[in-house]
Amino acid sequence: MSGPVMVFIEQNEGKITDVSLELVSEARLLADKLGACVSGIAIGFELKNELEKPGHYGCDKIHYIEDRRLAHFTSVPYAKCMVNIIKKYEPSIVLYGATTTGRDIAPRIASELGCGLTADCTKLEIGSHKIKNKTYENTLLQIRPAFGGNIVATIVSPESFPSMATVREGVMKIAVPDTSKSVEITDEPCPLHDDDFLTEVIEIIRKEKNCNLKNAKIIVAAGMGASSSESLSNIKELAHVLGGEIGSSRPVVDAGLLEKDHQVGQTGVTVRPNLYIACGISGQIQHRAGMMESKRIIAINSDPDAPIFQIAHYGIVGDINEIIPKMIKAYHAL
Amino acid sequence: MSGLNIIVTVKQVPDTHNISGDAMKEDGTVNRAVLPAIMNPEDLNALEEALKIKDLLGGKITVITMGPPKAVQVLKECLFRGADDVILISDRRFAGADTLATSYALKCAIEKIGGYQLIFCGRQAIDGDTAQVGPQIAEKLGINQLSGIMSVKNVDTSSITVCRQTEYGQQIVRSNFPVLITVTGDANEPRFPSVKKVMAYKDTGRLENEESYDEAYIESENKKIASIKEWNVDDIGADVARCGLGGSPTKVKHIEKVVLTTSGINHIQGSDAGISELIAELKNEHIIG
Repeated sequence: MSGPVMVFIEQNEGKITDVSLELVSEARLLADKLGACVSGIAIGFELKNELEKPGHYGCDKIHYIEDRRLAHFTSVPYAKCMVNIIKKYEPSIVLYGATTTGRDIAPRIASELGCGLTADCTKLEIGSHKIKNKTYENTLLQIRPAFGGNIVATIVSPESFPSMATVREGVMKIAVPDTSKSVEITDEPCPLHDDDFLTEVIEIIRKEKNCNLKNAKIIVAAGMGASSSESLSNIKELAHVLGGEIGSSRPVVDAGLLEKDHQVGQTGVTVRPNLYIACGISGQIQHRAGMMESKRIIAINSDPDAPIFQIAHYGIVGDINEIIPKMIKAYHAL
Repeated sequence: MSGLNIIVTVKQVPDTHNISGDAMKEDGTVNRAVLPAIMNPEDLNALEEALKIKDLLGGKITVITMGPPKAVQVLKECLFRGADDVILISDRRFAGADTLATSYALKCAIEKIGGYQLIFCGRQAIDGDTAQVGPQIAEKLGINQLSGIMSVKNVDTSSITVCRQTEYGQQIVRSNFPVLITVTGDANEPRFPSVKKVMAYKDTGRLENEESYDEAYIESENKKIASIKEWNVDDIGADVARCGLGGSPTKVKHIEKVVLTTSGINHIQGSDAGISELIAELKNEHIIG
C-alpha cells in the first residue's frame, strides 16, 4: 500500500485555483494506479466553504491549516506548513501548480526534505526504475522537455521520499466534476511562531487579465516570423474577425511586442482551442507543448522546413502579410 | 556598518537557441563542453539589482558561480560590470549535480563568505528553467526568500521592499535582512561592461592558467586581483556525499530526442482559391463561426 498522492491546494483571495483542481484530477488517476488515496493540503484563512470543491474532482481528504496570518501567501510559513503535513502523513507523491507560488515553495520544501523535485512536468506516469541491482516499482515518472526543448527527459527520484513535481496550469486535463462526491476535511494545527513570518505583505495589486487564452475557441498566434508591426496588425485583425484571442510565442513576448498574458507554451499558457493559427511560429517544443492538442492547427510560415508543419493539420508556405488578408477576404466572402 | 555585503550567484549556461540533441551524454547529463556558453540572462538582472543597491548605499558585491574551469568567463563579465570579488566553485566532484546538490554546494560557499545581508540570484537558468536553486539556497541557509521580483521598491540598511509578479497582479512585500531574492528579466536593463574595468580585468584568470604571477597582477580602484579565487569541495567544507551526481535525488531515467510525427498535413496553396477552400471547410465543420 502506497502513501497518499498529495496536492498542494493553492488559493488566491480565498478561491481555489484551477490548476489545483487539474492536479487533483491527475492525482486521482495516479492514485488509482497505486491503490492509494488522494489528499489535498490547503493553507489559508476562512477557506472552509471552498474545500468541498476538490472532492468533486476526486480528492478523498483535505488537511487544512487555518490561521489569520496565512491569508496571503508568504514563503517560509507556507513551506513550513507543507513540510509539517508531509512528514506527518508520508505521501508517496506531492504535486504543485507551477505558479509563482508553487515554484516558490516547492523547491524550499524539497530542500528541507532532501527529496527530488521536477519542475514543469508535461506528463506524469507510474512505472519502475532500476538503479544498480535494485528495481523500484510504482515510482513517479516525471516527464518534461529539457534543454531548450531539444529533448524530452524522464526524471525519477525513487530513493528519496516523496517524489515531487510542479505542473503548469492547463497541462493536465480537469475531470468532469461529480458534486455528489464528498471529501473528508481534517483541521490541522498551525505549526508556526510569529518569528516564522519574515515577509510583510504591504500591498496586493490586482490586475485584470487582458486576454483569456485558456478558454478561447480560436487563437491566432504570432511568432518571430510575424513580428513586424504590419504582421502583428494583420494577426490582430484576423483574431478580431474570427472572434478569437491573440497568442504568441515566447520570443515575441521577450521582445516586448506582446504582453506575457498572450504567451502560449511551456512557460506560458497551455491551450486547447478548436482552431490555432500559428503565424510565423517555427514550432520549438516549448511552444508545441502548449498548443499541440488544439483541434485544428493551421501553420503559416515562409520556411517550408519549420517544425510547426509537422504537427499542423493545414500548412501554408508563404508570406503572412499576403496570406492573412486573403483569409480575411475569404471569410467575409462566405 | 559601511554599506551592504551582497552575494550574487551566477551560472554559465549553454545558449539553448544554438544546440542540438547531440549535446547530451549517455548518462543523461549535459555535455557542456561542446556548446556555446553564455552568462544566464536573468543572472545579469540579479547582478544589476545588486549594483544598483551598491550605487545607492555602498558596499561590496561578491559573485559566485559553480561550474567547470571555463565558467571563469562569466565571473570576468561580472568584474567588467562592477563586481568587487568573484569566486569560482569548481571540482570534478560537483559534476552531475541536480538543483539540490547545487544549492548545497552554493550554500557551503556562501557560509564560508559569511557576513552578507542580501543574496541575489536570477530567477531561473535557461538550460533547465527550474527556478529551484535560489529558494533551495535560502532554505539551506535558514533565511527568508522573495522569488520572481520585478522591481526593488525601497532598500535601507536593514530591510528591502520589492514587487513580486504573480498570476493575479503584483505583491509588494518587505523583508528584513538577511534575505535571498530571485530576479526576473523584467526587473531592469543590465548595464554594459565598463571599458575601464574591461581593461583592468581582461587578463584576470585562473591562477593555474597564468604564466607568471607578476603579469597577472592587476591594480584597479584600490584593489588588487591577481587571479580569480577558486574553491573546491574541501575548501568550502562540503560533504562529498551531498555533492554532484551522488548527492542528487533526481536521476534522468530516459532521454528522448524530439522526433515529430507528421499527422498527415494538408498542404494549402497560398492562392485566393486555396485559401477560400480552407476557410469554407473550417466553416462547414463549425470550427469557425
